[in-house]
Amino acid sequence: MLNDRDRIFTNLYGFHSPGLKEALKRGNWDGTKFLLERGRDWIINEMKASGLRGRGGAGFSTGLKWSFMPKQSDGRPHYLVVNADESEPGTCKDREILRHDPHLLIEGCMLASFAMGAHAAYVYLRGEYIAERIALQKAVDEAYEAKLVGKDNVHGYPFDIYVHHGAGAYICGEETALLESLEGKKGMPRLKPPFPANMGLYGCPTTVNNVESIAVAGTILRRGAAWFSGIGRPNNVGTKLFCVSGHVNKPCNVEEAMGLTFRELIETHCGGIRGGWDNLLAVIPGGVSVPMVPADQIIDAPMDFDTLRGLRSGLGTAAVMVMDKSTDVVRAIARISYFYKHESCGQCTPCREGTGWMWRVISRMAEGRAQKREIDLLLDVTTRVEGHTICALGDAAAWPIQGLIRHFRHEIEKRIDDYAANPHSDPVLVAAE
Amino acid sequence: MAKIIVDDVEVEVPGEYTLLQACEAAGVEVPRFCFHERLSIAGNCRMCLVEVKGGPPKPTASCAMNVRDLRPGPNGEPPVISTRSPMVKKAREGVMEFLLINHPLDCPICDQGGECDLQDQAMAYGVDSSRFAENKRAVENKYIGPLVRTSMNRCIHCTRCVRFVTEVAGVPDLGAIGRGEDMEITTYLEKAMRSELQGNVIDLCPVGALTSKPYMFKARPWELLKTETVDVMDALGSAIRVDARGREVMRVLPRINEAVNEEWISDKSRFIWDGLKTQRLDRPYVRENGRLRPASWQEALGVVAARVRSTAPNRLGAIVGDLAAAEESFALKSLLSRLGSINIDGRQDGTALDPILGRATYLFNTTIAGIHEADAILLVGTNPRREAAVLNARIRERWRLGNLKVGLIGEPADLTYTHEYLGAGSDTLAAIADGTHSFADVLKQAERPLVIIGQGALSRRDGLAVLSLAARAAVAVGAVKDDWNGFSVLHTAASRVGSLDLGLVPGEGGLNAAEQAAGGVDTLFLLGADEIKVADGPFVVYIGTHGDQGAHRADVILPGAAYTEKSGLYVNTEGRVQIANRAVFPPGEAREDWAIIRALSELVGHKLPFDNIAQLRQSLFVSHPHLARIDTVEPADHTAIERLAALGGATDKTGFETPVVDFYLTNPIARASAIMAECSALALGVSRQAAE
Repeated sequence: MLNDRDRIFTNLYGFHSPGLKEALKRGNWDGTKFLLERGRDWIINEMKASGLRGRGGAGFSTGLKWSFMPKQSDGRPHYLVVNADESEPGTCKDREILRHDPHLLIEGCMLASFAMGAHAAYVYLRGEYIAERIALQKAVDEAYEAKLVGKDNVHGYPFDIYVHHGAGAYICGEETALLESLEGKKGMPRLKPPFPANMGLYGCPTTVNNVESIAVAGTILRRGAAWFSGIGRPNNVGTKLFCVSGHVNKPCNVEEAMGLTFRELIETHCGGIRGGWDNLLAVIPGGVSVPMVPADQIIDAPMDFDTLRGLRSGLGTAAVMVMDKSTDVVRAIARISYFYKHESCGQCTPCREGTGWMWRVISRMAEGRAQKREIDLLLDVTTRVEGHTICALGDAAAWPIQGLIRHFRHEIEKRIDDYAANPHSDPVLVAAE
Repeated sequence: MAKIIVDDVEVEVPGEYTLLQACEAAGVEVPRFCFHERLSIAGNCRMCLVEVKGGPPKPTASCAMNVRDLRPGPNGEPPVISTRSPMVKKAREGVMEFLLINHPLDCPICDQGGECDLQDQAMAYGVDSSRFAENKRAVENKYIGPLVRTSMNRCIHCTRCVRFVTEVAGVPDLGAIGRGEDMEITTYLEKAMRSELQGNVIDLCPVGALTSKPYMFKARPWELLKTETVDVMDALGSAIRVDARGREVMRVLPRINEAVNEEWISDKSRFIWDGLKTQRLDRPYVRENGRLRPASWQEALGVVAARVRSTAPNRLGAIVGDLAAAEESFALKSLLSRLGSINIDGRQDGTALDPILGRATYLFNTTIAGIHEADAILLVGTNPRREAAVLNARIRERWRLGNLKVGLIGEPADLTYTHEYLGAGSDTLAAIADGTHSFADVLKQAERPLVIIGQGALSRRDGLAVLSLAARAAVAVGAVKDDWNGFSVLHTAASRVGSLDLGLVPGEGGLNAAEQAAGGVDTLFLLGADEIKVADGPFVVYIGTHGDQGAHRADVILPGAAYTEKSGLYVNTEGRVQIANRAVFPPGEAREDWAIIRALSELVGHKLPFDNIAQLRQSLFVSHPHLARIDTVEPADHTAIERLAALGGATDKTGFETPVVDFYLTNPIARASAIMAECSALALGVSRQAAE
């Protein structure tokens, strides 16, 4: 279990005021000027050394990402864009930062922008985050008033931060779709290359980072890369916000060390599985876009990027969704499939046509109204979507279904058999366990 | 240059080539739907996926990846891409299956059938059966104008139409609403598109979602006889293909001509064809007691010959219209000069251009493709969007590349690109010539300034003075140099440059078109001249195709052939000689115009020395050798512009007005077309729209 002194988000639960006065007491904005004075290269090297991997889901090294920005501006301004379009079902970590620890984010924006030679940062907020926008805007106003940010601030580095409110589309959380949306266009992902570090917002070098990745930067730089990299397991270091939901006794958001086991996470913070460990069926460990992992594989698995990838799943956003044996997994995945069908932007063919097809087939399977050979058909369709699309939404739509078929094929087959055995056309009633 | 290996073939291509272009350079075909050479890259159909060896373990969209973005092998080997691997095969089959699951199987009743990209590629890259057991998507058809029919079930969302309308046509009328599988292409409120180039989306649509409304259910592509020819609706001479069945023109399509129209044509060029069938003059007429009555050729020609013989040569005149080919103009001029008349004019709009000033003074010297090199453009008395819509698209294309300033003198207009409105008339032009106007500095600083003079500035009483002033302005801003001639006249009539090349202007002391029409002659030939009103008095012989203004005034009508019905030479606004070919025969008893003149010449006793078109052309080429050099532009001597600049003259203060008031109704064929009438009404806002 993570020591309290190693926690970065000390006001995660909002027990204290998010205001600047309290935030300063918690150590936010402490020695920021001193950190800036150590230079761009030092910041980037320190971030690289800390081993921080991007908290938005893909787990790419944050320091490395910052280093992709051009060292010298060719006349175009540089931008930092913070992705606060937290729409992945099950994920609710960024909103806590925005509501209760906004100054960590603003300070992180300043440090990251400085490291990349950017004088402006945009925070793109999810459309539904009304209260969060108000909270963040309040904090930004406070920071401007205290001259912590702005054209002429106490840190001597001109820096502006803008809060932009999205309109509520999941796809706008994809970095290039986010940039399109920020530019006022339809939120549709761009083709890569060119990558945002070359041609991003308004055609200028841009880095898009998750809220959590930016918010931890200040503390990492203050306490040193060695401290951060000392927590967790090799290549999967530091602390991470876990959002545990589903069939646990006390669902919660918690900051924990990377690499603690699933059992530890649930026992320590969530009061155990509803109905005991034997009642655990499966876990979606990183938001709905990663495949589920059955109980026997996940229970003692360390929760980190590499282990979960080894289990053919992923840590994603660390939105841990726990499903006990009362869960109808097929229906659950069918609902997730509907989500992707609904959120596909419609730009490229495999995703536009494939998500609808997959949803229709899996919905029939959830009722049992299907043929067994269609399971293989569905699996084949997922492989034709996966990897053929412009952005990762196609992959994200395919993976949950692949996970289901990999681990719960017998469940689908049973559903089909039950339906076939039932003389009535109504769906088979499933007893509530 | 970068080396790349495509399917075991090593090729060297420029680094900025896309993988798709590199594959084509290596002779490998890559299927595609959304990619189009002249539109921005969308990369959304995913049909062009190829495998990049050593790259990510998933296929790459070849239309969107540059060769230089590929990493070489560990020892510097060139990158390897494969279009035949199992991964690529699976990807193509997958995409094809996805495209077809919601595409209706209505090929037998689809107008695109037989020339459908989806059909062809499904044959080549698809699988034989569908695994899709759900219901297909149904999408409501949209009204997007009188020219383009939609069948939205068939749409594969390649967005070519949206990109064309936004990028090339420059109107924000077409877009996509909804997302995911509910995405729909529409004009939002089901309004008609407001572009003169909208018909091109029909060609761009790879499936049958956007088809031609007038051509709906009319013919199948394999039963059409295809003739490559040139268009005469404006002075560009766009390359077209006329598709005919039997004696009927069924449709007109663009051909690729990089130097002129790239691969776009205007709606007037494309949808004019119903005008070729209506209001046609298909037999000779003779006016008797104030009424026209049908007559035989013999009778009609006899009446004309008798009249010509009894007219004094100086009371005999001829006006050549906007659609006449060089052959008949030449024949008419030869006849008149044999009869001793010098009253001939090929400028029925009264433009001040005159071949005596030098060929450079009436050509679009920069050439149409030369617009790409211009870095500042001054438009004088012209609205290129109405006068030459495809040329306007060319200016817009140049403007989109950036670093182009456009100034406009004349009527304010929406040209689809940002431009500075400088003023209404010759005062502003004089200020630019004197260097007192701020835009003069823009032009002076430009390396390749371009001054485009329209007929709106020239077909007025002070036309020659304005022309001279424009030449002075062009010379003053440095637009006329040895390696760059930025003095360009934009014509509105297909025949005009040819007429000027042939010297169809009145000789010393002769009468021009306006003077002839006002009654300066006793017998007047109108060779398809319908835009000029002839006063009471002269005996009018109309040689032409349609019952329009000229035919109504005529005393004898001799039915001629339209541009699809004869072989003829046309010289476009840049001086490019092009040959039009016959797609169908003229209707009824109508004959080719040169043959009518030839027959008449025998009756009046001055037999012209040619019996067929080949002999006619031969004598034409002897007297005008440059007309023999088909498809080339002879650069004109630019010193003529400096001489023109010195001419001077008093100019009027009134503003320039564009000669094309209604884009859709500029010639007798267009005025006979019901489609053009509908478009015109819609453009003028008379017709009620579907959404109202």
